[in-house]
Amino acid sequence: MTVDTKLPYDQSYIKQFSQERNEPAWMKDLRLQALEQVDTLELPKPDKTNISKWNFTRFKHAATGDKISSLTDLPADIQDFFDKENLPENLLIQRNQSVAYASVSKKLQDQGVIFTDIFTALQEHEELVKRYYMKDAVSIDEHRLTALHAALMNGGIFVYVPKNVQVDEPLQVVFWQEDPDVALFNHVLVVADENSSLTYVENYISNNEKEETVANIVTEVIAQNNAQISFGAVDNFAAGTTSYVNRRGVAYRDATIDWALGQMNDGNTVFENITHLIGDNSTSNAKAVTVGRGKQNTNMTAKIVHFGKNSEGHILQHGVMKDSASNVFNGIGKIEHGASKSNAEQESRVLMLSEKARGDANPILLIDEDDVTAGHAASVGRVDPLQLYYLMSRGITQLEAERLVIHGFLAPVVNQLPIDSVKEQLTQVIERKVN
Amino acid sequence: MAGSTLEIKNLHVSIEDKEILKGVDLTINGGEFHAVMGPNGTGKSTLASAIMGHPKYEITEGSVLLDGEDVLEMEVDERARAGLFLAMQYPSEISGVTTSDFLRSSINARREEGDEIPLMKFIKEMDEALDYLEIDKNMAQRYLNEGFSGGEKKRNEILQLMLLKPEIAILDEIDSGLDIDALKVVSKGINKLRDENFGCLIITHYQRLLNYITPDKVHVMMQGRVVKSGGPELAQRLEAEGYDWIKEELGIEDETVEQNA
Repeated sequence: MTVDTKLPYDQSYIKQFSQERNEPAWMKDLRLQALEQVDTLELPKPDKTNISKWNFTRFKHAATGDKISSLTDLPADIQDFFDKENLPENLLIQRNQSVAYASVSKKLQDQGVIFTDIFTALQEHEELVKRYYMKDAVSIDEHRLTALHAALMNGGIFVYVPKNVQVDEPLQVVFWQEDPDVALFNHVLVVADENSSLTYVENYISNNEKEETVANIVTEVIAQNNAQISFGAVDNFAAGTTSYVNRRGVAYRDATIDWALGQMNDGNTVFENITHLIGDNSTSNAKAVTVGRGKQNTNMTAKIVHFGKNSEGHILQHGVMKDSASNVFNGIGKIEHGASKSNAEQESRVLMLSEKARGDANPILLIDEDDVTAGHAASVGRVDPLQLYYLMSRGITQLEAERLVIHGFLAPVVNQLPIDSVKEQLTQVIERKVN
Repeated sequence: MAGSTLEIKNLHVSIEDKEILKGVDLTINGGEFHAVMGPNGTGKSTLASAIMGHPKYEITEGSVLLDGEDVLEMEVDERARAGLFLAMQYPSEISGVTTSDFLRSSINARREEGDEIPLMKFIKEMDEALDYLEIDKNMAQRYLNEGFSGGEKKRNEILQLMLLKPEIAILDEIDSGLDIDALKVVSKGINKLRDENFGCLIITHYQRLLNYITPDKVHVMMQGRVVKSGGPELAQRLEAEGYDWIKEELGIEDETVEQNA
């Protein structure tokens, strides 16, 4: 069987799409340039997972969603993302490709914080978006999927925190794919200027068990000198969605980017989280957990590249696989020449709950500097029978004991999510997936 | 007679096809404290693990009954809910599960659904037990046994014992690796439970622990069997004279289970 990889969207479609949104000329040009490159570039080749037959080209590209007048109009599973008693001040809900709800506190507005959808940002903060959009973090021509993304970008968020501003309350976004056929080419761009700090949390959700579509997500997170960014995410695309999720960070001098990522998709997923520690004394803690079930195939790469001296990179990836799900963890710590006194640590672990589940953990250290420290740990195995024995010896049933061990295994990310309702929601998703 | 009765009859236990216990008989009634002593390698810990249902041990013969119920037919968790408790020599570390959450799950496992222990009551009981055992309250929020020192692990086992209030407890070398102050605290916790409903089987290598917890009966194990039983005076004689006199009396050259083939 040959797979048709010809893109059903052409130049004139993209021109029109861009025009309808009244995009600046440079954006339209960027899209068209990217489109030209789609056919010449190869698909990415994640280690040990063959994605050549995955669906990245069959989808519906555009769908709008109605605004909601009140958060209580949302379906219950969307309302679970926030605390209904104590509604978040800074919340944006994207429904298909439209903004259904947006709220930003007056305090943040007064401080000059930008928290808006990408199309509005292109109108109102064109120069800022242009300065960062697919420039320092992700390039258009990395491979076919980044080019596709740039050509067809159809949603997303822009966050900008000005110099010396500390955002105490988290910014929260829900990307709700209500239309089961529509693809999401979502672009999230988060920029923290010098000496600023913020916490950002996003959720992706769709319900297309059968309908096939695509999520092609690029997230660029820029921490300028001495900026601190805490980035949390729970991805929960349904089985019909093939996902390419690329979250990329760039940290300058004394900056920190911490990631807490829950990859809970039910469809095939390529998931990469790369952070470039450009500046001296920059730091990243990259934590991700996943639960695989059914026949899904996932490939997750966490990579931290050290350029700055005395930079710290810690990777932690934990995955639970059941049924005949298969997951590959690639953990890559790379220390460039000159990044002396840097430290690259990583830990990747897979817990398998069934005979047919597959797990793989590939620790890779690439070091071009002498005066550094690095370490790695990797394991693939089953629930330790002695742990179960210990828990059961206190009267806890086997099922509950397994539950405790699994939740404990995924706790490093769950506990780090900065919004309680999102933490709770992730716990529920894990519960649903493992039982 | 109050409390429960644990009867161990002619228990034979193997690990990886090697027989370790070769016919152990012991009966522990509610209200009684029994000490099982003996040199290393004589099968004491195997006895403890086999009663609780450790996955590596295979029972080849004999029976264990709790109030007449066949313990060996029960799953590990059923044994616990029937009233057995084992303070383990090497408790597992469970990452990501706090000691407090684990304790609450353990307590609730004994209660009916819908009748879970109220959170405030649980916290109060736990805090009291932590104070009694002179444990830093932070331990409740630390992951279960992860990064605990040897002494902290032992105290944590006794903390669980105090909160779970079993009918019959088996303490497997609860004194090993403890300094004298920690030993006193652990003993204080165990003695607090002493009443007519609580039976205890204390497995120890040293007489030292028995200075703080007076047993009603003392048993000596060698070669995978109980070879001698007596009162507290037996422990004192062992402390003073060691085990050689028993070996002489019974004509045993090598007391461990290795010798026998």
